Amino acid sequence: MAQIFGKSSSSIARVSLVSGFFGFFVFWGVVYMIYWSSWTTAKGVPREQEVPFSHQHHVSGLGIDCRYCHTSVEKSSFAGIPPTETCMTCHSHVWTDAPMLAPERQSLATQQPLNWKRVNDLPDFVFFNHSIHVQKGIGCSTCHGPVNLMPLTWKAHSLYMRWCLDCHEAPEKQIRPRDQIYNMEWQPPPDQRERGLQLLKDYHISQQRLNQLRDCSMCHR
Amino acid sequence: METIQGSEPQLRVPGKPYVVTPLDYPAVLIAAKDYQQVSDQIADIPLVHPRKREWLAGFSIACLLLLMFMVAVGYLLYRGVGIWGINIPVAWGFAITNFVWWIGIGHAGTFISAILLLLLQKWRTTINRFTEAMTLFAVICAGMFPLLHLGRPWVFYWLLPYPDTMALWPQFRSPLVWDVFAVSTYFTVSLLFWYLGIVPDLATVRDKARTKWRRIFYGLGALGWRGSAVHWQNHQSAYLLLAGLATPLVLSVHSVVSFDFAVAQLPGWHSTIFPPYFVAGAIYSGFAMVLNLVIPIRRLYGFQNLITERTLNNMACVMLATGWMVTYGYIMEAFMAWYSGEPFDRAMMWDRAFGAYGWVFWLLMTVNVFIPQLLWSRWVRTHPVPLFFVALSVNVGMWLERFVIVVQSLHHDFVPSSWRMYFPTKWDWMTLFGSIGLFLTLLFLFIRYLPMISISESRELIAQRKEGRL
Repeated sequence: MAQIFGKSSSSIARVSLVSGFFGFFVFWGVVYMIYWSSWTTAKGVPREQEVPFSHQHHVSGLGIDCRYCHTSVEKSSFAGIPPTETCMTCHSHVWTDAPMLAPERQSLATQQPLNWKRVNDLPDFVFFNHSIHVQKGIGCSTCHGPVNLMPLTWKAHSLYMRWCLDCHEAPEKQIRPRDQIYNMEWQPPPDQRERGLQLLKDYHISQQRLNQLRDCSMCHR
Repeated sequence: METIQGSEPQLRVPGKPYVVTPLDYPAVLIAAKDYQQVSDQIADIPLVHPRKREWLAGFSIACLLLLMFMVAVGYLLYRGVGIWGINIPVAWGFAITNFVWWIGIGHAGTFISAILLLLLQKWRTTINRFTEAMTLFAVICAGMFPLLHLGRPWVFYWLLPYPDTMALWPQFRSPLVWDVFAVSTYFTVSLLFWYLGIVPDLATVRDKARTKWRRIFYGLGALGWRGSAVHWQNHQSAYLLLAGLATPLVLSVHSVVSFDFAVAQLPGWHSTIFPPYFVAGAIYSGFAMVLNLVIPIRRLYGFQNLITERTLNNMACVMLATGWMVTYGYIMEAFMAWYSGEPFDRAMMWDRAFGAYGWVFWLLMTVNVFIPQLLWSRWVRTHPVPLFFVALSVNVGMWLERFVIVVQSLHHDFVPSSWRMYFPTKWDWMTLFGSIGLFLTLLFLFIRYLPMISISESRELIAQRKEGRL
């Protein structure tokens, strides 16, 4: 009977072995890249809104403080999305006829809130609290990035748990003085480590507290 | 004079053979006529498929059980582990009982193929392929249970250390993580060992096959084996090396499984005798399962000339020895509970024998300690039917042993207010018997499509017989 496997079979077998070995790493490398790409995380992707609100214009251009709209950031888990009335404190006087703001006026007339889409949305099994972060020296820009430069708002970070833990394992790298919390331009100074450790003391964050920051139940209750 | 000690080492006085007192046990290791007969007899089963009706009947029953397993697992994935009888404190229930039972059964394969190979035990030759396959299928069944008993089985891969998005890392101080590595290493090495052994036989089947697709199927598996001296040289080196690698695994895997219990503080678990006691129990139940499978198959396919009464006798002897090691474990558990003077240990031991699960304990003693004493009788060891039932009794007994360790210890811990009974639900039973279906389905496919006895090694035995070295 004729040979079933021709001369090329040996080469095919060897190539399959080698490519199977490398293929394993290539496959998982691709999976890894997909998981970390902005296609999955939406990091850096501007989110469309009914009204194309520009933080860049309102913060950098006009100098409005974060807390003017996000009123509950210092005392609540939720920073707060402003109601239409907050917008109307100015926009009942300026740009009253702008077509861009038509949904805003509609909302005020019908008393139906605007449907803002969340940009930074954590899963429901994560108990995140804005007030404790703000009180203990974590500034807005640490997590939200340079919001003052965003014409439309986007996520500055993946919000993956690994990213949360980067800071929870070593908060001294990010912690800042209380008067710098709302400073969007704040960058860690060269001696951040020493300053951070001192700030941890000032904020009464003991070693025991630091250890608790890595407990599952700290965020997953 | 001809001795009947077979391959056992013989002391020699220069000039004349050492006279060995005949032990009067079966002398024939292999009764096949010649090479040709061995090749035909074994290779014809995948090619010609004799006893089609019996195979189909068995396979259908296995498939039905497998279907039941799928229903049970499907409902488990839909509803969660609440469908089982588990509770707090008995959080482990049947799932871990079955896991330890199956992984124990999976121990005979490597014991026979690696340790007995290194010890030059030639009687392993005709059963090693079969038991290695049994090992693989048992480990597959075993591996499913720890995953199924997770609250969310679909994220089982969190058990592995890999750069995930959550910065989760397995707790390497936990024996449960050691389990993951022990079992997966064991499966990998067993698979390699089994496959390496089957390559020359696949070439034999390929050469005997007459249809194109069969030649392609077996040809792919044979990896271009031509039986040249170089092939054999490499094959034998690799086989011996793998045997050396697999030998520590026989001891390590079930030791690690026993750490799941021994590392915990619970009375009935926290015991230093557990690793050797578990390994002995594993080999005990493994040999029992081999006998339960080999005896019917030997009869069905007429393999009495390959798997001789001597092989059965030797397996029964291994069972008798390991059975006594396990019995020693039982005695030591009770003795240490008393000798320690620990009230909790004593209370646990008392509850084990005379508490709510006392009847399981005495049933265990009966089927695992008392009935196997029949193996002292040569008649039982060499007669397939009584041997089959003793092996069956051991298999049931080893399952009961794991049930007693897992459930009875958990249900009776330190605080009386947390004592609680465990009652298996129908889903527990369906998963247990369903996993037997999965095991049997794989086994039936194996005996249908692959040479279930090593052709090349059996021919080697015949060669040795011809040279008078057997």
